[in-house]
Amino acid sequence: MRPARRSGDPRRRRCSPQPRGRLARRWRRTATAYLFLAPALALLGLFTFYPVAVGTLLALFDYDAISPPRFVGLAHFRALAADRFFWIALGNSLKYLLVVPVLQALSIGLAVAVNVPLRGIVWLRAAYYLPVVTSMVVAGLLWRWLYEQDGLVNFVLVRLGVLERPVAWLGHPDLALFAVMFVTLWKGLGYYMVIYLAGLQAIPPEYEEAAAVDGATRWQVFRGVTLPLLRPSILLASTISAIAALKVFEEIYVMTGGGPMFRTYTMFYYMFDKGFQQLDLGYAAALGVVLAAAVLVFSAVNFRLFRHGGWTYY
Amino acid sequence: MFTTFPLVWLAAVALRARGPVFGFPPALWPWPPSLVHVATVWQTMPLPRFFANTLVLVGAGVVLQVTLCAMAAYPLARMEFPGRRLITGLLLATLMLPGHIGLIVNFVTLLRLRLVDTYAGVVLPGAVSVFGILLLRQAFLAVPADLEDAARLDGASEWTIWRRVMLPVVRPALAALALFEFVAHWNAFLWPLVVLKSPEKYPLAVGLLYLSGLFAHSTRAVAAGAVLMTLPVVVVFVFTQRYFVRGLLVGALR
Repeated sequence: MRPARRSGDPRRRRCSPQPRGRLARRWRRTATAYLFLAPALALLGLFTFYPVAVGTLLALFDYDAISPPRFVGLAHFRALAADRFFWIALGNSLKYLLVVPVLQALSIGLAVAVNVPLRGIVWLRAAYYLPVVTSMVVAGLLWRWLYEQDGLVNFVLVRLGVLERPVAWLGHPDLALFAVMFVTLWKGLGYYMVIYLAGLQAIPPEYEEAAAVDGATRWQVFRGVTLPLLRPSILLASTISAIAALKVFEEIYVMTGGGPMFRTYTMFYYMFDKGFQQLDLGYAAALGVVLAAAVLVFSAVNFRLFRHGGWTYY
Repeated sequence: MFTTFPLVWLAAVALRARGPVFGFPPALWPWPPSLVHVATVWQTMPLPRFFANTLVLVGAGVVLQVTLCAMAAYPLARMEFPGRRLITGLLLATLMLPGHIGLIVNFVTLLRLRLVDTYAGVVLPGAVSVFGILLLRQAFLAVPADLEDAARLDGASEWTIWRRVMLPVVRPALAALALFEFVAHWNAFLWPLVVLKSPEKYPLAVGLLYLSGLFAHSTRAVAAGAVLMTLPVVVVFVFTQRYFVRGLLVGALR
């Protein structure tokens, strides 16, 4: 982690009387360092640090981007508590978290399945990864067609006898959210698989071999050895996935537009509507703060993982 | 099967000349194959325009990202100067910030700077990522000191050392970042949607959805557009899988 130091110990240098040249050189070095950093820091300051700070404060103001902001205190939050759409959106966002355990379990299974040194396995892994690099717009349009009344999904399910007659997946109030979740699952599988694959390959084979020699079945080895050793990956992937689920937007925008009857309306969608469609920026910021509170729980975990050796994952 | 099948179906829809898109059984084998829809979508829809827009946005995004991150990461990894620890700590802390709150303020900032509906407005807010900086910092830290010392003895400036010694050594990390950003910018949807108001400036991701609304009746043509949009990413991905997966794992920590 520490950079190679090139000339002496700086502490000692500070104590000893400094000749002019050395001081000047130090100044020059500092100036050079900041010149290197300047463009990045300027952009990050303007578009990352400043907006988050101001955005949080904006929740306490009424602002429409035209007239000057007006301080309203906690009025937005009080309004939220009485806002039907807020509760619908929050409920749907929390429901969306259901996708996390399913997605993680399937990804782990998949990673274990493709973690074999076979020729051509790379291509199989790549196949699972294709949806990840596909644009959500393409994925959304594609699944919108597949989910049609006379689409492929219905065809297969009716043929298999699962369904009696075709269902309008995205138009059905009770099914739409799950139908969208399924697309998130489809698109995310390869992504988390790769995280788990890296986790699996970091496990020394001796552990699993030793257990196998002791007469453990494959399932026992997996439960008793592999899974516990995979825990850091599971935590990492789950938090990423949970944060993404809470902030879900693109799938919904492309496939259902929040419908039918607001059954797929989520927090991020509501924030988007309020902020960018209605220019009710203060209220949108308040929604953002509530969403942030939910996300923060997960990102705090993520951040700790990241500090404690998260880097070994790449 | 499960993951690629829908994509194969999409390609089949795009490449078949006629017949119902829906209905049973689905026609998976595009026979007779035909590029008629690809031609339609290319000629009658503003797809070439969307392609050009995407190339500009992706090009600017990736070049800025890699250059600026590589510049910022270098002093953080290899130079001793006051504020280094503070800045590194600040960057790490940013990873925890809820970025979505910033979206609204960023939009206001762009309004003030009169950058709404411009490419600069799309590119600049995402031109530097903390992740890019931290990734490249990590790469720079791993460069052996001898290389640098030799150049320093020759009297090279920091800029020269960065340019001629450091960048070539960390090329794999640069490639990983570039690839990751390429896909991210190519598929970027939300921010261009917010910033751009005139359809002739849309990149593919936004443009395709716009077209799917306008040409709702010609599913095959829109499917052809979707295939055209996906193809470049798939090609890049297939040829750079190794770097790519590395970039992805870095991205996982974003």
